[in-house]
Amino acid sequence: MSVPRFWRNLGSRYNLEGTHCKECGEYYYPPRDTCVNCRRLGKIEAYKFKGTGEVVTFTVIHTAAEGFEEQTPYALAIIKLDEGPCLTSQIVGDPEKVHIGLRVRSVFRKLGSDGERGMIYYGTKFIPDEA
Amino acid sequence: MTIGIVSYGAYVPRYRIKVEEIARLWGDDAEILKKGLMVLEKSVPALDEDAATIAVEAARSALARGAFDPSRIGAVYTGSESHPYAVKPTSTIVAQAVGATPDLTAADFEFACKAGTAAVQACMGLVSSGMVDLGLAIGADVSQGAPSDALEYTAAAGGVALVIGRNESELCAVIEDTYSFTTDTPDFWRREGQPYPEHGGRFTGEPGYFKHVTNAAKGLMKKLDTKPEDYDYAVFHQPNGKFPRNAAKMLGFSKEQIAPGLVVTKIGNTYSGSCMMGLAATLDQAKPGDRIFMTAFGSGAGSDSFSITVTDRIEEIRDKAPKVSELIRDPIYLDYGQYAKHKGKIRFA
Ligand SMILES: [Zn+2]
Repeated sequence: MSVPRFWRNLGSRYNLEGTHCKECGEYYYPPRDTCVNCRRLGKIEAYKFKGTGEVVTFTVIHTAAEGFEEQTPYALAIIKLDEGPCLTSQIVGDPEKVHIGLRVRSVFRKLGSDGERGMIYYGTKFIPDEA
Repeated sequence: MTIGIVSYGAYVPRYRIKVEEIARLWGDDAEILKKGLMVLEKSVPALDEDAATIAVEAARSALARGAFDPSRIGAVYTGSESHPYAVKPTSTIVAQAVGATPDLTAADFEFACKAGTAAVQACMGLVSSGMVDLGLAIGADVSQGAPSDALEYTAAAGGVALVIGRNESELCAVIEDTYSFTTDTPDFWRREGQPYPEHGGRFTGEPGYFKHVTNAAKGLMKKLDTKPEDYDYAVFHQPNGKFPRNAAKMLGFSKEQIAPGLVVTKIGNTYSGSCMMGLAATLDQAKPGDRIFMTAFGSGAGSDSFSITVTDRIEEIRDKAPKVSELIRDPIYLDYGQYAKHKGKIRFA
């Protein structure tokens, strides 16, 4: 990942910042400037997602990409946020505890880094919501 | 003008390693260590946690508890001895992640274990002068002890965030005053680029910890004309369980006064988070009107003392974020091999 590309998306990576159409009620993550339903009639506003949702499906990663190898095995899941949109994220912790329908909440973690000298990438992951 | 704590938030990673497990590897006597250190286990960060992620989680918890607009934060100062970057502030990451950017000032603090309370004092100054509305002061660390070094038994991970403000109606605790005692003392250090700290062995106790803690504590009580009996609770920096107990005894504070804030037994020394974690655990159960005496210590060396009185507001905000006792229950225990991987003691090529 390039440093400028990561930096441009900080808001959505750190804080789950997306958008919401006031016209039809649709939520977008990642953010969209135009509403798919309403097109030019849509009224898009910035929206910060609450960070709660549930696991729709998941897979357990045993052989990870460079920068993630020390974290294996871990669960990579598609999460449906309570407002509607789905996103892909690592589920922190024991992958054996992950199941479809698991309630999760967002946390701030290290996503990876460019080796020992490069940038450290921070952002959102999810953990089981036991509260 | 009244200055105080608008909100507070704590974070402790889920993982623990027991003193027995570290002692097993090095052939040390766990029973003697547990008795000597008065620590049973310590917190260990997850592989994807560092001082920045811990600072963010603690700060978000403080924001959830305080329920104020984050754009009111005019200063973010993060104290740590394990900032993830040598050059590139942790505090900008925190400021962005709590939604306080861009209308603020930010910087990182370093002063061994008291960098967090130094940040609190800086925020008190900015808030009382009117330069900022709210200040966010954080102490967070993922501290390292060299394998088989005595520090390995206690060097832990955790963080606490305090939001400092001056609107009397929104303070959950008033900070009446603060006093510091600072000298150049080589009791503990880490050179640039070195992974583990060095320490002066037994030297860390008398001329380091005890001299500074007792002088700062006495200095503040003299300044305020208070005595130990005037306080309901006391919190001292907790590099182990023994030092704060001894410091309390030397100053005339009772076991009961320090009991709620002694969190080191179950999580170890969270360095910049240590004393503030004790304060957070005490605020978790203090009643309106209760007075808390707090003294942090940082090697190198210095101590910051604070006199704090809890207000009615504490009851309204306390349950809006996890208490320290909730953060430390239900840990996941690691064996030494897993622990070494978590702490980066095994390097991946
Ligand atoms: Zn629409």
